[in-house]
Amino acid sequence: MTIGVLALQGGFQRHLAMLEQLGVEAIPVRYAQQLTNCNGLILPGGESTTMTRLLESEGLWAAIASFVQSHPVFGTCAGAILLSKDAQDARVKPFEIMDMVAERNAYGRQVDSFSAPLDLSGIGAQQYNAVFIRAPQLKLTSESVDILATENGRPVLVRQGMALAATFHPELTADPAIHRYFIESVVPNQKTVVAKKVVAHV
Amino acid sequence: MEKGSFEVKVGLAEMLKGGVIMDVTTVEQAKIAEDAGASAVMALERIPADIRKDGGVARMSDPKLIKDIQKTVSIPVMAKCRIGHFVEAQILESLEIDFIDESEVLTPADEENHIWKQDFKTPFVCGATCLAEALRRIGEGAAMIRTKGEAGTGDIVEAVRHIRTIVNEMKILTQLGQDQLMSEAKRMGAPFHLVEQVAKTGKLPVPNFSAGGIATPADAALVMQLGAEAVFVGSGIFKSDDPTKRAKAIVQAATYYQDGKKLAEISYGLGMAMRGMDVKELSEEERLAQRGW
Repeated sequence: MTIGVLALQGGFQRHLAMLEQLGVEAIPVRYAQQLTNCNGLILPGGESTTMTRLLESEGLWAAIASFVQSHPVFGTCAGAILLSKDAQDARVKPFEIMDMVAERNAYGRQVDSFSAPLDLSGIGAQQYNAVFIRAPQLKLTSESVDILATENGRPVLVRQGMALAATFHPELTADPAIHRYFIESVVPNQKTVVAKKVVAHV
Repeated sequence: MEKGSFEVKVGLAEMLKGGVIMDVTTVEQAKIAEDAGASAVMALERIPADIRKDGGVARMSDPKLIKDIQKTVSIPVMAKCRIGHFVEAQILESLEIDFIDESEVLTPADEENHIWKQDFKTPFVCGATCLAEALRRIGEGAAMIRTKGEAGTGDIVEAVRHIRTIVNEMKILTQLGQDQLMSEAKRMGAPFHLVEQVAKTGKLPVPNFSAGGIATPADAALVMQLGAEAVFVGSGIFKSDDPTKRAKAIVQAATYYQDGKKLAEISYGLGMAMRGMDVKELSEEERLAQRGW
């Protein structure tokens, strides 16, 4: 299994390191053709405006938009914004695959960035401390989006089918629980979907 | 919930990696920078090349300028305070600046002491010319280090010297035995626990960026291949013929810094870079990198 990490700008190194720690082959993705070798993709944190510019100028936007229709994807912070239906900002062009509206920098500026404990017992993590950096907030617009974790009543880790989104930075916490969940529970899901399709054709 | 912890400060620095932080002096320039893909802007009254030309005392920017730029862009906004001028830093913190640059580009306020940055909730970036200087600043609480280079010259030679020095000194530390580290910390004049940490990991405990003299996409790619994790561009963009084009090109170069063919495409037809000045023509007093320790 190979997981690509979009490596245009932002926190991609820490994602790559965490995947390697879990024994998963991970590649930094900067070119559209690299996606053909990937079973899943991580969209890291960073600046969603910067990533939008680079995705557009390098022809990567269309390639990823098509990849995420049929592959598992995990977006963190800016990456979560890029998975939303609407980022409420003309400077950002999301892939629109999760039924949610993102509000950028919803907690405020860096002085309001914070870390907070999360209850992740649903995915088997104990005493998880999450880091929120100029984080967005998500407003879910359909019931097909599952809430896996909340902070102060707000959804911060959500899943819809093969797409997983966190408004915080799991790559900055030592515990790799969320990456393991993506690898073990979200990515294998893809195989099931493909297998079913094959059976249907037969 | 905890705000302003070291982890949260370094978290923002992590998110700026692979990006370009651009000096801007007006709301219009801030817009150009954001549209070009800057990952943050540095709000300044004068860019380093003009500070050099004008002379006089260079101070923190007017809060009005900073507020106007904050209202304009959605990316992080940084601002500079003078070395040791902790009241300027308090003012910047109250303005909710995302990162404070305790910068040698401004006229130092204290020749003995840098700001005790651990007292602040806002993260700080500081310049360094060598590993010992970087570790002293991290010891005071800096959440990001950048090379000093030689700001406002458009000459990359000092930034290269500083990044090479920091990277080489880290490599050497990893080769030393535990029994040699205390003596090395004494020789360097750097906090022992940080010397020990670098000896173990081979890298700085905070992100390591480059600044001071970057004027072309090739300059940005050069310092990144040498080990910098992102770049600051001061005078290089808005002192060039076509700032919009050059800003976009340097943003692309920070991503594709290892791809010669792509860098050629990126560098194509950008117009004149800033004219710049040879660092060797500067007298010792004119060198900004020697400010601070």
